[in-house]
Amino acid sequence: MPAHNGVPGKLIAVEGLDGSGKSTQIYLLKRWLELEGYKIFFTEWNSSAIVKRATRKGKKRQLLTPTTFSLIHCTDFTDRYERQIQRLLHAGYLVLADRYIYTAFSRDAVRGCDREWIRKLYNYAQRPDITFFFNVPLKVAQSRILDGRTRLKYHEAGMDMGYSPDVNESFRIFQGKIHQEYRQMADEYKFVRIDATQPPDVQQIKVREIVESTIDLPRYRWRETPFPQPK
Amino acid sequence: MPNVNLDSLSGQLIVVEGADGSGRSTHINLLRDWLERRGYPTANVGLKRSMLVSRELEAAMQGNILGTRTLCLFYATDFADQLENRIIPALRSGFIVLADRYIYTLLARAIVRGMEPDWIQEVYSIALVPDAVFYIAVSPEILIERNLRKHTVLDYWESGMDMDRSLNMYDSFIHYQKKIQKQFKQMQKVYGFQTVNGNRSPRGIQKELRAKLESVLNDKILPVAEKTIQTESKEHLFDLTNG
Repeated sequence: MPAHNGVPGKLIAVEGLDGSGKSTQIYLLKRWLELEGYKIFFTEWNSSAIVKRATRKGKKRQLLTPTTFSLIHCTDFTDRYERQIQRLLHAGYLVLADRYIYTAFSRDAVRGCDREWIRKLYNYAQRPDITFFFNVPLKVAQSRILDGRTRLKYHEAGMDMGYSPDVNESFRIFQGKIHQEYRQMADEYKFVRIDATQPPDVQQIKVREIVESTIDLPRYRWRETPFPQPK
Repeated sequence: MPNVNLDSLSGQLIVVEGADGSGRSTHINLLRDWLERRGYPTANVGLKRSMLVSRELEAAMQGNILGTRTLCLFYATDFADQLENRIIPALRSGFIVLADRYIYTLLARAIVRGMEPDWIQEVYSIALVPDAVFYIAVSPEILIERNLRKHTVLDYWESGMDMDRSLNMYDSFIHYQKKIQKQFKQMQKVYGFQTVNGNRSPRGIQKELRAKLESVLNDKILPVAEKTIQTESKEHLFDLTNG
């Protein structure tokens, strides 16, 4: 993966299991940076307007195989990367990503795609300056998801893998395997581990501390303050 | 590829490559008639024909809003869907699959648009090696004449207009097709295409294609027992995929 020589922007990504609380934490980080007056851009996994329609159709009609699942998500990511992430990093933004390439690395590997192949598909993408990994015991993450929502989506639960005809059971097995993949990547990609069993506000303090100490934040302020001043 | 069994693919994968206006589709239809008359079942595949993304890909190209890399991956998704759901099943059933373009066009297009050759080859490392690739080479000047005669306009993408808007479409077409042909020439060395001179009458071209295909079929269509042994060793392109 290319280093980001001369690119003024900074990239912060969050990764973790469903139910690890990562989306809450990056939302709080975003709010803080926004209210402090920094140039930020937020992007979510699987959200490219153009590609999403195809992905949705593929998922709904169960047309996807592990290979096409991988490629269509890579297409989605690349669309957001080429049109937004890359350009805004060049324009000196703080880019916040709710899930990044490591989500593909873990999920596609669990679905049986070759690890080397997946990594090479994404090898053009800049590595994050900080990747927060919200570390939570499998059981905690699962109960947060399974207690809160009754219906899991087909692919989210890994039903395409045929682990179990029971959705919840399938989800447990699938998440366990993803957890395993994340743990293997944590050192290689220098994830910053956050203990996601802590109260959310405690986690957020930690996250903000790390961001402040890693990134020279004042460089990312807007040059002009909008009128009327936000409070 | 996960969940894909590549054993005993007893059919043949025959690829015809060439620019728009090279007579590619015409010749594929003629080959199909010829094969079916002789009792061979055939299947047709081509670019942008997958159930999964063909419509979305077409819509995205109309607006020319996708980045180069995104477009490459969109095409790769379309290709993989057809590979897994049409090409491989047809080969397993012993069909002759006639591919109206294959990954080579996609590689050439990506590389002339600045994608790293290693990267795009890796993307397509999932592809099967065809039993034969026929490349119909036609000079850009003749291609222009044929395209104008048929459609009265040149296609935006086949003229490479997404790459350099400062040229008029005619010059851009010539310029772009030359670049693509250069890529094909280089790929020919690596992948061993059979180039067919397309600057002549359809009859002559078809005759040559049939003769070439005949020798491929004679080599490959063997008694059932031998056939299985031979096709089990069907390799992946670039030898880079997972086991």
